[in-house]
Amino acid sequence: MADKKKLSLIAFSGEFDKLTAVFTLATGAAAVGYEVNIFFTFWGLDAIKQKRGRAFVGGNWLTKIFGFMMGGLHATPTSRFNFCGAGPRIFRKLMRKNNVATLEELVEAATALGVNLYACEMAMHVLGLKQSDFIHEVKDTLGVASFLEISEGGRTMFI
Amino acid sequence: MATHTLDITNEHCPMTFVRTKLKLSQIAEGDILEVLLTEGEPLTNVPRTAVEQGYNVLSITHVEGNIHKVTIQK
Repeated sequence: MADKKKLSLIAFSGEFDKLTAVFTLATGAAAVGYEVNIFFTFWGLDAIKQKRGRAFVGGNWLTKIFGFMMGGLHATPTSRFNFCGAGPRIFRKLMRKNNVATLEELVEAATALGVNLYACEMAMHVLGLKQSDFIHEVKDTLGVASFLEISEGGRTMFI
Repeated sequence: MATHTLDITNEHCPMTFVRTKLKLSQIAEGDILEVLLTEGEPLTNVPRTAVEQGYNVLSITHVEGNIHKVTIQK
């Protein structure tokens, strides 16, 4: 068999729709045999927080407020048609109605398929986050050099 | 050697591939998996990726309408 194909995604965005794109690509690629890496940075880190709603997660009062405002997976807004937070609920309902996997189901599938999840060390430092603030499936905390090494030889996308 | 079935006729991308991959990972070596799927993307790509991942596609048969059955051996 040929060398394993590889897809590496940089999940920078924290919006519901963009994270849905990240996890759709990741699960689809993993299911057809790709090695998949996702590097979560800045707003993208919201997707892998243990606390999926709004919580004061952070190192000091300022980052705790940021953490609360950013929230976790359940609190992600849509990039368009957010309607003060109603947008994601409407999209989730539409997805379920049309038998399309919701963001939460895609995250679950990604971990079941062994997608490698990494958190950006620099963004974590800025936002006062620790690896223990993330779901236990997050494999490691990385910097750019390590991510480049891991993604070497495959395709890389920035979302 | 057991035979398992998986119906992904109501699933959409990427869950068609995801459910197939997860089911194949759960069954024993030598077991058979019969996948019911629809024409288009699933029928084109589920058998192709199964072969790419080293599984044997034993047959592809038409069931009814746009539904087909792909038989894969692990």
